[in-house]
Amino acid sequence: MEPIIRVDHLTHTYSAGTPFQRSAVQDMSLEIRRGEFLGIIGHTGSGKSTLIQHLNGLLKPTEGHICLNGQDIWADPKKIRQVRFQVGLVFQYPEYQLFEETVYKDVAFGPKNMGLPQEEIDRRVRASVRAVGLSDEMLEKSPFALSGGQKRRVAIAGVMAMEPEVLILDEPTAGLDPRGCEDILSLLRAYHTRRGSTVVLVSHSMEEIARSTQRIIVLDRGGVRMEGTPAQVFARARELEAVGLDVPQVTKIAHALHEKGVAIDPAVYTVEALQKQLLALKGGRAVC
Amino acid sequence: MLKDITLGQFFPGNTIVHRLDPRTKLLCVILYIVALFNAKSVLTYALVAAVLLVCILTSKVHYKALTRGLKPVYIIVAFTAIMNLFFTGGTPVADVWLLRHITFEGIRSAIAMVLRIIMLIMGTFLLTYTTSPISLTDGLERLLSPLKKLKLPIHELAMMMSIALRFIPTLIEETDKIMSAQKARGADFESGNIFQRAKALVPILVPLFISAFRRADELATAMECRCYHGGEGRTTLHVLRYQTADYLVLLAFLALAVGIIVLKHLGL
Repeated sequence: MEPIIRVDHLTHTYSAGTPFQRSAVQDMSLEIRRGEFLGIIGHTGSGKSTLIQHLNGLLKPTEGHICLNGQDIWADPKKIRQVRFQVGLVFQYPEYQLFEETVYKDVAFGPKNMGLPQEEIDRRVRASVRAVGLSDEMLEKSPFALSGGQKRRVAIAGVMAMEPEVLILDEPTAGLDPRGCEDILSLLRAYHTRRGSTVVLVSHSMEEIARSTQRIIVLDRGGVRMEGTPAQVFARARELEAVGLDVPQVTKIAHALHEKGVAIDPAVYTVEALQKQLLALKGGRAVC
Repeated sequence: MLKDITLGQFFPGNTIVHRLDPRTKLLCVILYIVALFNAKSVLTYALVAAVLLVCILTSKVHYKALTRGLKPVYIIVAFTAIMNLFFTGGTPVADVWLLRHITFEGIRSAIAMVLRIIMLIMGTFLLTYTTSPISLTDGLERLLSPLKKLKLPIHELAMMMSIALRFIPTLIEETDKIMSAQKARGADFESGNIFQRAKALVPILVPLFISAFRRADELATAMECRCYHGGEGRTTLHVLRYQTADYLVLLAFLALAVGIIVLKHLGL
């Protein structure tokens, strides 16, 4: 099947021709498949942010191409706004971009820019506010009167309201407490299952990515270092550590047990999976 | 677009120009400006330009950085050139149509004015490119410190200036980020008439102001936590001391300014 987004030999150089010149992304190629929940992970400076800003045409490639549904998004620079409606991007700390008097108006900003009719805007605003787990009475409140976690949900709803084909989120849980993180992640998982649309989660936390995504792309120094299912990626724990990333704690335990000679698969990444394996092992011994 | 604003941007380096005392550089820029505004003839212009060229070359600042800094003033330069070209009295170039309004004197003064503006900006930019904002305000504070006797709040002014300079790049970065985020929601800053464009700025300005106030608040708290209480009895980490090079450079620029004024009075 045709991937929804294809990144083809992308290179991006910042401040070309000044003493600050540097390439954030170097000859990177990857694919985002239709309907998948993809995790992009990388250390600070691995080119994550630069990459995702190319996906909706905020940055123009220095070299290479970005194809959305098989079409180069820069084929007609005048249509780049259309691309931004199809590829919704939620920036890091999105609550800093809230500006309207009410939550309703702020969430409606995107759909309004799309030129949708009033009833459609209304439907989308209500649907997306509900999708991020906020009640209808929030709609008329000032976004600045909300708590940190609520502000973030409003900001995410603002992008969801455009009903993009691909939803990309840059570190959506940064700065939240564990409870807030889990809330955001579970609402994203619910959004993905309900709509069946493509979701890309960018993060540096392995735990987060492991719990939510179906496929992982590991970035390092502006290029793709690894890709595969969580199990495939976490099986290469040593390599991950070499690029400054950590595996989930439960995977570490599994690796340690495996090295000690316990017969389990070291590539587990959820507590439940490890528990199951250990119980099976114990059950096996009991029989012997 | 915002990346073109290089005001107050410092390019680190380790050349003689970078190492000079900031007070020396400030005084030299003043002397340089005095010289520039007293230059009238080809000879004096050439002298000032030569000094500027020597400074640029020794500072190793990339010429592209300098020309990029000029971008925002191109309009002013073009406007000055046209005004001088058409509105200076004298002998017309030729007796046809538009050329009738252009005089030889006009061409001369247009070139002189354009050169003067460009050299003025390059000279002052060279100062901010080679001096970190902190040492610049440090130098300014020390230079103006005699005014403290007149109860002028020099330290506070210098502190305000260094904070402002320090936060220009931060705010530009912030603006860029907010613009990107609003563009991702389909905001359009490039089309429409002037009113639509002004209205399109609201989604940038509101978050920008909120974040600027938040930053100011956090900075004030952080400063108080570290017992900041103004300039009284405050010592500096890097004590400024004039070196031999400073005296020599100062002397050279003093000679330049005096020389140009003398040449002007000699009618050269």
